[in-house]
Amino acid sequence: MNVLFYIAAAVAVICTIMVITRLNAVHALLYLIVSLLSVALIFFLLGAPFAAALEVIIYAGAIMVLFVFVVMMLDPESQSIQSRKQLLHPGTWFGPAVPAAILLGELVYVMTTGSPSLPVNAGVGPHALSRALFGPYVLGVELTSILLMAGLVGAYHLARPEAPEGNDP
Amino acid sequence: MVQLLWLIPALPLAGFLILALIGARLPRRLAAVVGVGSVGLSAALTVCIVVGFLRGLPDHPSYSRMVWSWLAVGGLKVGISFYLDALTLTMMAVITGVGFFIHLYAMEYMAEDAGFSRFFAYMNLFVCAMLILVLADNLLLLYLGWEGVGLCSYLLIGFWYTDPANGYAARKAFVVTRVGDTAMAVGLFLLFDHLGTLQIQDLMIRAQAGWAAGSTLPTVAALLLLGGAVGKSAQLPLQTWLPDAMAGPTPVSALIHAATMVTAGVYLIARTHVLFTLAPTALTVVAIVGAVTLLLAGFSALTQKDIKRVLAYSTISQIGYMFLALGVGAWAAAVFHFMIHAFFKALLFLGAGVVIHAMDGEQDMFKMGGLRREIPLTFWTFLIGSASLAALPLVTSGFYSKDLIIWQAFASVHGGLGLWATALAGAFLTSLYTFRMVFLTFAGPLRTPVGHRPGWAMNIAMVVLAVLSLCAGFLEIPKTLSGGVHFFSGFIQNALPATVLAVSREVYESLFEWISGGTALLGAALIYILILRMPNFTTALVRSSAGGALHRYWFSGWGFDWLYDRVLVRPYVFLAHINRDDIIDSFFDLISWLGGLGHRVLSTTQNGKMRSYAAGLAIGAAVVIGMVVWL
Amino acid sequence: MITIPTAHALLLAGVLFLLGLMGVMVRRNIIFILLSLEIMLNASGLAFVAAGFHWGRPDGQIMFLFILAMAAAEVSVGLALVLQLYHRIHTLDADQASRMRG
Repeated sequence: MNVLFYIAAAVAVICTIMVITRLNAVHALLYLIVSLLSVALIFFLLGAPFAAALEVIIYAGAIMVLFVFVVMMLDPESQSIQSRKQLLHPGTWFGPAVPAAILLGELVYVMTTGSPSLPVNAGVGPHALSRALFGPYVLGVELTSILLMAGLVGAYHLARPEAPEGNDP
Repeated sequence: MVQLLWLIPALPLAGFLILALIGARLPRRLAAVVGVGSVGLSAALTVCIVVGFLRGLPDHPSYSRMVWSWLAVGGLKVGISFYLDALTLTMMAVITGVGFFIHLYAMEYMAEDAGFSRFFAYMNLFVCAMLILVLADNLLLLYLGWEGVGLCSYLLIGFWYTDPANGYAARKAFVVTRVGDTAMAVGLFLLFDHLGTLQIQDLMIRAQAGWAAGSTLPTVAALLLLGGAVGKSAQLPLQTWLPDAMAGPTPVSALIHAATMVTAGVYLIARTHVLFTLAPTALTVVAIVGAVTLLLAGFSALTQKDIKRVLAYSTISQIGYMFLALGVGAWAAAVFHFMIHAFFKALLFLGAGVVIHAMDGEQDMFKMGGLRREIPLTFWTFLIGSASLAALPLVTSGFYSKDLIIWQAFASVHGGLGLWATALAGAFLTSLYTFRMVFLTFAGPLRTPVGHRPGWAMNIAMVVLAVLSLCAGFLEIPKTLSGGVHFFSGFIQNALPATVLAVSREVYESLFEWISGGTALLGAALIYILILRMPNFTTALVRSSAGGALHRYWFSGWGFDWLYDRVLVRPYVFLAHINRDDIIDSFFDLISWLGGLGHRVLSTTQNGKMRSYAAGLAIGAAVVIGMVVWL
Repeated sequence: MITIPTAHALLLAGVLFLLGLMGVMVRRNIIFILLSLEIMLNASGLAFVAAGFHWGRPDGQIMFLFILAMAAAEVSVGLALVLQLYHRIHTLDADQASRMRG
């Protein structure tokens, strides 16, 4: 079972290296998603299924999508027809696909083994987590919600296009 | 009454403060009242104290009083303390008395000058500093007064500062006297270091107890003090400043450079006579300096064109007489001659001032002439002063004082034929140049018309000084003339020891007096013939090659200015020129340059790029973590 | 029983963190810098979870939750700033925004 951890770790490291060495932003994003997925698997192996779920949903699901939106808006390279055509090319998909496949294999293996020593049962489950979250850490939760609101307002305000001449002094 | 002693220097000081602070806003009359009145009050007080002192002698030969403590550091305790004895009293009487009359004269002389109140402020400060000098109980306070008069001399010589030549003259005076002052300061250090006190009376006692006569320490100390005296009194080799100091207004020349400041050196040596007696070598040096100076100055005075320069060289020469007297141990004679000299030299300067005023600023004697009928009072007072200077026999004060010196230069145990002959030659020269000055200025045809005539203030001052120049000599008459009067030497003996005469020489006294008197008259007669009866011969003599060369040499003051310029001034200017960029300062420039270098280097790290800042953060964090982990 | 040595997990977190740091320092494209920043945040979250697993307490995951929320807020604000910057300098080169120098 330990070897799963090491395989996932290797995938994470290799994908991260690919992220920081790509020229094309979208390629980097894809590799980063795979890296995040491998980290999620590691969380699962560390007995933190809730954290793994959150990693996938929020990190890979929301934040990376946000990045994709911005990259599409700004990065001129990815807006050309040439690069869009290239996206559909199978060679582009090979790089991220292989590690993703490895991860998929691991996940299937873990799911189907079903032994009682699975980390899902041995680690800290969502139940204990939520008891701790809304117990001693409730203040942190509230502050986090304020932080998110601040982020929301700030992002809205900062991303506004410039006001027309003569409005702001 | 003697408790009011402190008022005597305090009154002129108050006058200075008033005039310095608000003098420019006072009307001229009020400024004059303050300026002249403060010295006048001091003079009146001095008279009262003199009377009281004379009555109190011999029970109280001296009086001392500490006004307050100046500094008490380590072993040095110095106070503002005054010491009054016969010597100080004489000096004080001259300073305040003659000073008052000169102030009165200056009231009229400077009446049209824009810096009227400034002038009197400086003059009052000078009188205060000079009084502190003579009243000082300790050498440090004396040095304070010494420096004070030097400062005032500088301020007053350069009084008309808009003309740069006056500034140069003032600077020259200050720098040359500074050389002497430094020697004196070193002397003070030496005295304090070895004897542990600067209080004069105490110092003299300790010196006599601790130092053997003739040993090196007192000789060195005495020579250093002599250095200071030579600077202030314009003797060899520091005499070059006095002729140029005539750039100041005439009352300044009268007060400072004739009657008072230049005699400070004489006072110093007289005050510390115990030290000098312990160093016979030093005394000999004093006598030789005096003798040589009086001859040198006499020759130079003979060739001058400017009336004030003649008087300046004459002052140098007469102070040479005083030094000569001090050097042979004739203390009373030196102080007596100082007093008489103050009278007639101040008178001569005041008269010269009247002449210059009348000639609308012209000081060249060859452009004057025939003033005898135009300003008769001035002529007669000037003639009296000149006669006193030339020491015409019997009727003038100068005769009694100067001939006393000439006689004692021979008769004293330290004196001899050589010094006597020098003094006699000097007397001959004195007579020559004095009457040359009189004849050129007052006799002959009128070459420049008279402008401004003197008023009552000037006339009174001159008359009083003329009377003194005639009569003051009767205080000390040699015994060959009707038994003699020794009032002054008796008075001074309370402060200074009596002159020791070599017994074998006393028989020659009357003979030598005849010779001295005759020399003065001979000189007067000779110059009368040369100037008035045979002017062409005189002119031809001056124009001849040998005569002309001598004339030029003596005119330039025996080439001392040229010598000092070549040997001292030019090398110094050259070195200063090399050091234009100030090598020593460049070390500090290096420090500031390094600071700037550091700034330039560090500011390149602020390149505005976020990535480099992030890199800096990472490197810093790595370094700190490394330090924590491995150190 | 799966026992993954905590040291290894922490080592992995460290390696990922360093890779993210190098990405921040080396890449000039602002998007890539932000991306590398996310990698760093993710790596620190991994460290927390590993520590929580080591002690058997939920605190590690809670910390990770907070980090996640913070990363979300930071990304949204950061990308908004990137948009604003792009409006001004019309390029995504971070080195071009260096007027505050000297």
